[in-house]
Amino acid sequence: MRYETVIGLEIHAELATKSKIYCSCSTEFGAAPNTHTCPICTGMPGTLPVLNKKVVDYAVMAGLAMNCSITEYGKQDRKNYFYPDLPKSYQTSQFDQPVCQNGYLEIASENGPKKIGITRIHIEEDAGKLIHDDLRGYTLVDYNRCGVPLIEIVTEPDLRSAKEAKCFLETVKSILEYLEISDCKMQEGSLRCDVNISVRPAGQQQLGVRTEMKNINSFSAAVRAIESESERQIDLLEAGKTVIRATRRWDDVKNQSFDMRSKEQAHDYRYFPEPDLVPIVIDRQWVSRIKNSLPELPDSRKKKYLSKYGLSDADAAQLVSSKKISDYFEDTVGNGASPKLAANWLIGEIPKLLRKKGTEEIPFCAEYLAKTIQMTEKGSLSSSAAKAVIEEMFDRPRDPENIAKEKGLLQINDEAAVMAFVEKVIEENPQAVKEIKSGKDKAVGFIVGQVMRYSKGRANPQLINKLLKDILAEK
Amino acid sequence: MKDFTVRELGRLLHGRELSALELTKIYLDRIAKTDAVIESFITVCEEQAIKAAQAADKRIASGEKGALLGIPVGIKDNICTSGVKTTCASKMLSNFVPPYDATVIKKLGQAGAVMLGKLNMDEFAMGSSTEKSYFKKTKNPHLLNCVPGGSSGGSAACVSAGLAPFALGSDTGGSIRQPASFCGTVGLKPTYGLVSRYGLVAFASSLDQIGCFTRDVYDCAIVLNHIAGHDAMDSTSAPFIVPDYTNGLTDGISGKRIGIPKQYLESGIQPEVREAVNKAAEYFEKAGAVCEECSLPLTKYALPAYYLISSAEASSNLARFDGVKYGFRAENCSNLSEMYETTRSLGFGEEVKRRIMLGTYALSSGYYDAYYKKAQQVRTLIQREFADNFKRFDILLTPTTPTTAFEFGEKADPVSMYMGDICTVAINIAGLPAINVPAGLDSRGKPVGIQLIAPPFCEQSLLKCAYAYEQTAGFGFLQPEFKEGI
Repeated sequence: MRYETVIGLEIHAELATKSKIYCSCSTEFGAAPNTHTCPICTGMPGTLPVLNKKVVDYAVMAGLAMNCSITEYGKQDRKNYFYPDLPKSYQTSQFDQPVCQNGYLEIASENGPKKIGITRIHIEEDAGKLIHDDLRGYTLVDYNRCGVPLIEIVTEPDLRSAKEAKCFLETVKSILEYLEISDCKMQEGSLRCDVNISVRPAGQQQLGVRTEMKNINSFSAAVRAIESESERQIDLLEAGKTVIRATRRWDDVKNQSFDMRSKEQAHDYRYFPEPDLVPIVIDRQWVSRIKNSLPELPDSRKKKYLSKYGLSDADAAQLVSSKKISDYFEDTVGNGASPKLAANWLIGEIPKLLRKKGTEEIPFCAEYLAKTIQMTEKGSLSSSAAKAVIEEMFDRPRDPENIAKEKGLLQINDEAAVMAFVEKVIEENPQAVKEIKSGKDKAVGFIVGQVMRYSKGRANPQLINKLLKDILAEK
Repeated sequence: MKDFTVRELGRLLHGRELSALELTKIYLDRIAKTDAVIESFITVCEEQAIKAAQAADKRIASGEKGALLGIPVGIKDNICTSGVKTTCASKMLSNFVPPYDATVIKKLGQAGAVMLGKLNMDEFAMGSSTEKSYFKKTKNPHLLNCVPGGSSGGSAACVSAGLAPFALGSDTGGSIRQPASFCGTVGLKPTYGLVSRYGLVAFASSLDQIGCFTRDVYDCAIVLNHIAGHDAMDSTSAPFIVPDYTNGLTDGISGKRIGIPKQYLESGIQPEVREAVNKAAEYFEKAGAVCEECSLPLTKYALPAYYLISSAEASSNLARFDGVKYGFRAENCSNLSEMYETTRSLGFGEEVKRRIMLGTYALSSGYYDAYYKKAQQVRTLIQREFADNFKRFDILLTPTTPTTAFEFGEKADPVSMYMGDICTVAINIAGLPAINVPAGLDSRGKPVGIQLIAPPFCEQSLLKCAYAYEQTAGFGFLQPEFKEGI
């Protein structure tokens, strides 16, 4: 039987506010344990939360970018459970009146663009981190992360494959990056996701029993977890067994999921309205102010790249997938480079060099890249010379023209100079000339190659071809 | 030295007839002698008090004026005090020393008040007799075999016995007004949001409010001047401009309309208490007010709604006491859940555990709508009912408690103890300000109190009315006969 996999995602993104959601402690990652803490975020008796308004701003930005309606009258609720990383023994979150609701995002699926429904986006606080010392047999708690603001983005069960899920995650990540509201670093835990999966016989309307997978730490882990879990569920059904509703923990090393707790053991979080906080009233002026200040989003950039610059769909998608690269592209074009050439460099050679040098930042300014590209357009740099110039700029950023001069990479476009090389090569290679005359084009390549060798790669290849043709025609 | 009010002590201090240090030493000395019997203090902070008194003397010497400058004060032990143990009268926090001050403590500190120590209470403010304290049983200075009321029993007893000229307490369902009534002091629960809750260890966040115990109404106005006001650290604190509550206190109440809700005088009310309310109405009329019976038919739902809401919030508020970060932790546990269970089983007293279980149940999925949500709906209706009555009346007059102080152990059944809150809980549910004013003694020599209730943020009108009653009725502060050790 053919099965369909149905997937819904719960994405947690840490917001890049300077201070925490309910106190003024720093949200900076990587500080010494328990140094970014205060009586409020460590849940000391008698302390009270005060909502950081920036968190609401950011959630509204995310909501608008994901086509949500923004709640006018939101509230916060307590989610009660005991765990040592949760100092108040409740997480302040939102239950039934989240900041954003009923949105969607469009992703590119195998069957063309597809809308994925977003049920809600709500704000909440992050918990601390447990550090287990197995050697000495104890566990320590670091409360630095406690109270770092999060948004949780919950989707409808609209995704049908691991590939779609990955594409959705990438889309969300790039939007959050464009909005500059989250660092989206999965390895630092600033972007996390839980996956709800069920399978059903293809064509069946009713949803199958779902499981929730936790502890997914990268997009590729999400793909592996989805594939593994959907296979597990299909195997169960094929064997005549049933899927049990449960929360499962993904172990990416073992490439396998493990049962955490069944529905019967599920927590009763005893949600109730947080009495220490007042309702979040988001008036329409607030929303329109944020709407007007939203930056250009990847989707609209992509459309611009297609229509205005004539880039291919794949190239445009590739460029906008990273805000950094896309920003750099815009800057390069703004400095006068041809969009197509700029796109080629920023999709091909430059990412290769970034990987090679082990960095995420292009160390030289877009003006230099634009100038390099213009030099190739004018014919003063060959494309191989341009490659060398760019690599040099990775090591020591400076004006590409100076690099080309220093390194003697400027192309020779002077007819007399090139003619001298051509004549010399013809003289030394009568055999090749004979072959050309008898119609063997391969020999043309040999002659050109020889001229390049003598000119140390600087002679303009088009000019070589032209001059060679002229000489042979005369003879 | 005779017992003085805050106002009188201020005159003595500013007239340089007495230094703050001398005054503080007098009170510390009294506490040392008398509190062995009354047992109102959990912690006496002699050293800090002396330092604070010396600092106050310097400020007085430099010409600084201030109604609380150099005045000693006792603080209920659920209000956080930096560097001074704050136990909530619980084993759970028996070793807890906060690294921060509650906002009210900061304010009192800025005003130059001198904290003598921390006062006994029912554990986590849950109770009406102070018998639920983990540490000691505070006596009612008027009758040593009677409870001082609760949960702020230590605060009431301490002011009543003259161990501090004023004290702070907290009131979630009557915890200031009821002990004030039992001990014969003035006790004010301000409007929810008038006084910052930052640093008050939460029992029921939507009901808790800090207030004060004083010897008379004027002092009450002075203290309120110093603790009221918006606080950026408390989101539920109101952005309200605080007037000088002593202003116009003597204006009189001519023309004021006073409502007497009949439901508060129905069955279960001790005749002498009912009599005190009726007498009070006469005094008010004598002072030029108009008294009229009115009706608050939803009153009977206030008590169950109160116990659901307060217990639900408490079950969440007290969840942080888990043995992980501070306070008591059970030893020798083999795993995390055992540590949680044992810590909470041993660390909390019976009443606290009862309320946590009640609240946990009320919030459970499947029961939420029937209990917590329903109670919140009742709350809205009760608020509306009060609001409707305040269209016709400036002030409502009721008994503070159905009976005068009871004896130790008399109310062993929790429900009979809960019933004693019948006159006070609706006020918290509606977030209103209310005050207990002493109304004489009953036939067994126990203080009787009347309760006055005002619309939100109308403390000025409330205090004026209380002051007029105090002056007209002439009971004044009910001095306990107890003199042992003084």
